[in-house]
Amino acid sequence: MFRDLPLVVKSALRNRRRSGLTVASIAVSFCLLGVLTAMYRVLFYGGDTTPGQALRLITHHKVSLTQDLPVAYERKIEQVPGVKAVTRLRWFGGTYKDPGDPRNRFGQFAIEPSQLFRVHPEFKIPEEQKVAFQKEKTACVASQPLAAKLGWKLGERITLVNDNIPATLELKLEGIFEDPGQIPGPNMIVYFNWDYLNDSLPASSDFRSMIQQFHLEASSKDEVPRVAEAIDASFENSPYPTETESEQAFQLSFVSFLGNLKLFLAAICGAVTFTVLLVSANTLSMSVRERIREIGVLKTLGFTRSAILGIILGEAGLIALAGGAIGCILAAGLCTLVRQNPGFAFFLKALSLTPAVVALNMTAALLVGCLSALVPALRAARTPITASLRYTG
Amino acid sequence: MAIPIAYNLRNLVVRRTTTLMTALGIALTVAVLVIDLALANGLKKAFRASGNPLHVLVMRKSSQSELGSALTREVYQDLKSEAGIARNHAGELMASLEMVTVISLPSIDSPKGMNVTLRGLTPVGIEMRDVKIGQGRWFAAGQREIVVGASVARRYPRAQLGKRLRFGRGEWQIVGVMTAGESAVDSEIWGDLNQITADYNRQNGLNSTLIRAADATTVPALIHKLDDDRRLNVSAVRETDYYERLTAAGAPLEFLGIFVSLIMAVGSSFAAMNTMYAAVARRSPEIATLRVLGFSRASILVSFFLESLLLSLVGGAVGCLLAFPLNGVTTGIGSFVTFSEIAFQFRVTPAAMMPGILFALVVGAFGGVFPARMAARKEILTALREV
Repeated sequence: MFRDLPLVVKSALRNRRRSGLTVASIAVSFCLLGVLTAMYRVLFYGGDTTPGQALRLITHHKVSLTQDLPVAYERKIEQVPGVKAVTRLRWFGGTYKDPGDPRNRFGQFAIEPSQLFRVHPEFKIPEEQKVAFQKEKTACVASQPLAAKLGWKLGERITLVNDNIPATLELKLEGIFEDPGQIPGPNMIVYFNWDYLNDSLPASSDFRSMIQQFHLEASSKDEVPRVAEAIDASFENSPYPTETESEQAFQLSFVSFLGNLKLFLAAICGAVTFTVLLVSANTLSMSVRERIREIGVLKTLGFTRSAILGIILGEAGLIALAGGAIGCILAAGLCTLVRQNPGFAFFLKALSLTPAVVALNMTAALLVGCLSALVPALRAARTPITASLRYTG
Repeated sequence: MAIPIAYNLRNLVVRRTTTLMTALGIALTVAVLVIDLALANGLKKAFRASGNPLHVLVMRKSSQSELGSALTREVYQDLKSEAGIARNHAGELMASLEMVTVISLPSIDSPKGMNVTLRGLTPVGIEMRDVKIGQGRWFAAGQREIVVGASVARRYPRAQLGKRLRFGRGEWQIVGVMTAGESAVDSEIWGDLNQITADYNRQNGLNSTLIRAADATTVPALIHKLDDDRRLNVSAVRETDYYERLTAAGAPLEFLGIFVSLIMAVGSSFAAMNTMYAAVARRSPEIATLRVLGFSRASILVSFFLESLLLSLVGGAVGCLLAFPLNGVTTGIGSFVTFSEIAFQFRVTPAAMMPGILFALVVGAFGGVFPARMAARKEILTALREV
């Protein structure tokens, strides 16, 4: 077959406009297919787990995220074998300066300063800043991208007001941490001492001694499922049943909000692939029909049926692969665009065309090419010489 | 003089395999678009049906949703003293203090659990909404009883009449199923305000108040008055505007669908162009013959352009047919504002199909214009000799 490669290339270039249009059509479809399969991977195969994420678990109320858990559960969770570190967490949701300005919206979490960097060993922070954060009750730390965006320096006074809880916190920025795990989307977060929040609440407040989540770090990857089971089992019949899941599963649960995205994506991928198949089959049968006489000549020159079959399949494969390759390049560009401006689709921060996705798409392209060529190629190979020489297009 | 359209029709029929393949490519593109628009349509319809233009929703200042709002009973008492609030037959003021939270239940689509809105209210709140009890009865005051919306009953296997749900501090008996047409209420669970706030320990941590204005003209005045009252520190919006804002929940899916169909359209128009170029190439002698018979270059151009439009029209029609079986199918979508799911139906209406057909015609026009120009420019003598 490789002997006939020049012939394959020549026949693909015979009608340049048609081949060009077909390649363009396939490329556009595979660009779409590439982005969609990349999306599917991020959403349903979890994308890339950062090493820190793999060991992290989140425990929250079984009924919903909006129901609180008693802080006293922490002692029980600490004792579960396989748990390396635990911190309580409450999402504060206060306002900073003018809440109308979107720049002033960021995550605010009340945690335990002594535990935070044990649960998140991937956070990088200078030792003296860490000590200062753990010493001062009103101290807070901010993620590096947030501090950079709002121009915060160490020692910055940050006032957070929340009418719901209700509390007003006057924090002092003692540290700025980097989170190398968060690629490439920046994380906008402030962490502060839960004790400070708790002591600021009125004695009668329902929020006192209650938290929303426990974030924990398991000692090894094998322990993760067992730890989750053990925690949920120990609180199953308590007034506050819990649900423990991996950090990744927790983040992905927000995706189910978008409706039945899995079905939606799969259906679109199917429709796109089928369309490519149609386009490619159509072009090839046109191209073969035009060349039936030529093929008769090739046969009289001694080309075997299988050689003819190979040439036509090769032409189809070449066109489809060219389309697939261009499509993947376009898709990679689109993925980069989405990554830079995820907007509402924050969960697509990790959208990228991994080698596996590229391989999948190129295989699909090759398959589509061969499949679409099968009928016209067989027809060409089977037409008797006399009939093909007599054929007029 | 124009070439009869029957000529184009016959050509499409003669080359039926190619015609069908190209049309099917366009049809799939159109189907994706139509289904996407049907989804957006259904979602809008569900939210539109939810608001009453006479209703004013009062939440804490700068709250985006009921869930994120906090209101005390003192504020509610102050609200009730405002002028312009309607009264019911019994002479009670139509102002309903409500508590809203979400509970997670396994649904058909998400067995892991999906958030459902749980609303605590009083009889006046029920009376203000256009809602009927379909099966069973309303919950009794002071009891751990709840009523579920019809969509909730349909989509959540655990939320059936007669069953019990566990949330708050114990088990709640489902005593009824309510129907509210196709509105957001259909996706909610309702119970007695006092019982729910007691369970959640939120006797004074309520979320919102729904007020019915005495008549349409007092609505803007009422909104203004409440909004400007610095002591109350609340924001008031028309209930219809509130739900209109929630339609944004469908934006990501809608955007994705339009994005996909646009890209597919580019691919399909290349394919249509290919088909039309082949048609022109094969019919060179025919074109020349037509010219010899006296048809002008312009009529050749129009004829091939029309043929491409016809081809795409077939595709558009098939696309609508492919999308049609989804009409009326119920699905759910979550809102990041209410933090819960609302069920709605796909609406494959003419309003969704017309853009689909137009879309197909644009694809056909783009795919047909260059080949048609090529056909029109052919020289008679060379074209006659081409085989």
